[in-house]
Amino acid sequence: MNTPSHSKTIKVFWTIIGLTFLTIIINLPNQLPINIHWGNLNISHTFYRPNLNFKLGSATINKKFDLKYGLDLAGGAALIYDVDTSKLKKEDITSALDSLKSNIERRVNLFGVSEANVQLSKQSDNYRLVIELPGVTDINQAIGLIGQTAQLSFKGIVDIPPEATASAKIEDYFKDTGLSGSNLVRAVAQISPNTSEPEVSLEFDNEGAKLFEKATKDYLKKKIAIFLDDQIVTAPEVQVVITDGRAVINGSFDLQSAKTLAVQLNAGALPLPIKLIQQTQVGATLGKESIDKGIKAGLVGLAIVSIFMIGNYGYLGLIADIGLIIYGLITLSLYRLIPVTLTFPGIVGFILSVGMAVDSNILIFERMREETRKGKSWNQAMELGFGRAWDSIKDANACTIITGLILFNPLNWPFLNTSGMVRGFAITLILGIGIGIFTGVFVTRNLLRVLAREKNTL
Amino acid sequence: MNIMKFRPLFYIISLTLLSVSIFSIIKWRFVPSIDFAGGTVWEFKAPNLKNVDPINNIFDTQKIQLSSISPEGDGKYLLKFANINQDQKVSLDNSIKTIDKDFQELRFETLGPTLGKELLQKTIFAIILSSLALLLFIGSRFKDLTFGASAVLAMLHDSIILIGAFSLLGHFLGAEVDSLFVTALLTTLSASVHDTVVTFDRIRELKRQNTKIDWVEMANQAVSEVIVRSINNSMTVIFMLLALVVLGGDTTRWFALALLIGVVCGTYSSTAVAIPLVLFWKRNKK
Repeated sequence: MNTPSHSKTIKVFWTIIGLTFLTIIINLPNQLPINIHWGNLNISHTFYRPNLNFKLGSATINKKFDLKYGLDLAGGAALIYDVDTSKLKKEDITSALDSLKSNIERRVNLFGVSEANVQLSKQSDNYRLVIELPGVTDINQAIGLIGQTAQLSFKGIVDIPPEATASAKIEDYFKDTGLSGSNLVRAVAQISPNTSEPEVSLEFDNEGAKLFEKATKDYLKKKIAIFLDDQIVTAPEVQVVITDGRAVINGSFDLQSAKTLAVQLNAGALPLPIKLIQQTQVGATLGKESIDKGIKAGLVGLAIVSIFMIGNYGYLGLIADIGLIIYGLITLSLYRLIPVTLTFPGIVGFILSVGMAVDSNILIFERMREETRKGKSWNQAMELGFGRAWDSIKDANACTIITGLILFNPLNWPFLNTSGMVRGFAITLILGIGIGIFTGVFVTRNLLRVLAREKNTL
Repeated sequence: MNIMKFRPLFYIISLTLLSVSIFSIIKWRFVPSIDFAGGTVWEFKAPNLKNVDPINNIFDTQKIQLSSISPEGDGKYLLKFANINQDQKVSLDNSIKTIDKDFQELRFETLGPTLGKELLQKTIFAIILSSLALLLFIGSRFKDLTFGASAVLAMLHDSIILIGAFSLLGHFLGAEVDSLFVTALLTTLSASVHDTVVTFDRIRELKRQNTKIDWVEMANQAVSEVIVRSINNSMTVIFMLLALVVLGGDTTRWFALALLIGVVCGTYSSTAVAIPLVLFWKRNKK
């Protein structure tokens, strides 16, 4: 009975089973406590979902498989600023925007938000700055911090007598020189003509030159620390008294870090004026409610669809339902692996794609019914049903993917939508269609081939 | 099954729905959400408040015009008002905290009107781009632009009815048009075409088997072969969406309803609009 094609189907069948178990493991909760007390049997053990930790050459792969939730579900703040580029020449805009972005990112990092996201998006002729701060509850503080003028300051490092070190605060070690970012004319990254090492040269205005002369006199052979937003950037040692208002910071730079520092220094104040045009704050409780409601609606919908399929197609419907469960597991695993940031519209996209995933099966089963009616045997009808339905499944789903891609806007075209909500919906819809074709056609077909054959031989 | 003999009826239904939609769109327009019109939505929990008067007082003293305030039960309130700046927000926060120390912010959104205009432009671009892409894709897959054009026209038919439905729902029930609605609209485009393509695929197959067959006869055969599938498939999507309408939160209820209207329309129009349009063109060619 073992035809070559049959043994191949068996292999595919077991691959599908294996894949299913893999996805179940990925979707296990992070901790799974098991407590069984039955008679004198006591099992108490907590299973942990294995993380993916391994080294591939020099790359370390570390995956935690946690679902990522968007702002609307996890809670947090989102701010959109309008960037005013009208006062700049066209050729300067790109570099100004770059330093604006790095500047804002630095400020956001100061705020201590994990996974903050700073994005620039181009609208027809102006630019937008989108800042997402997951988990931030005090939006006012965040706005204050982002909108402030960054301060560049030069502070001398003071020697503290040993007997006072115990009580000294950090501030006591630094003494302000009076020199600040407002005195800086420009900072340039360059290669030193003497040492051929990358360095950053600073040029001060007249007042700054005087202040700098005094500072270098006071701290000769000592260190002057350069602060940006109260963060120390570098602390070079003063070699000579400098009178011409020009300074060079050298040290262990590569060209890239020298450039970054120059950008940061130039951008002491934000290089472009920004204006807050939208702020969104979602509390964590509201998000949790949305998740719960979405999951409940999804499960109820799924249950009705499953019953409908069994009621309509019997044994075939049951197989389709198994395919649907595998579909759900694969989709969730991909959300964790890619990872896809789940937003509420994203959950709706998922729920909708479940409905569409069943479509392939309905198309195929209706085809099979037709073929059986024409007098074909069950196995023939099945193979024909899958084969003939494939054309329409392919074309119909391609259309949905085309619209999905226009919604997702992968190339960031400025004339199409770039909002996270719509994109969250599009990505789950596209993934859902792709996986739906895989499980609805490939998985169910092979399940049927094996299970139906086994049934026939029984 | 001779479904195509009902073509005049289909025309009447579609034209009626289209004219009601267009009438409502022109007459009543939409209830725009802050996504389109700009403004502020503020949802918070103030469990110790007995009524909304203290909130009204705060807005009076701050000279901010409240456009609506609705208690949602459980100490929750939903407020809508004009776009405000950061200083106004800070002082609102402070005042609210003085009337209820257990004040808890659930959601705060404020945005200017410029974003709405962009959203509208981008939606129109997306529809035009989808229409063109689908026209060309279907045209080339079926080697006949008539099919592409009919599918796209059926799709626009569904979009207009969905937009009209929301104009009516907005006028009578206060349904707002927001960026989620835009998503639903664009999904309707694909769902509509999805069904149409399945039916077209049957015509393509029948034509391959028998080139001499009459167009109307072929359409009838194709439709009666796929109609069970179309209805069954729509049922599954409808089950999922109904679950969302009933069980989902307030924010998504209208969204799910929009998708529901879109899916039902899409199933109807693939049989009742797209196929009759193909027949119309094929007949006029002769």
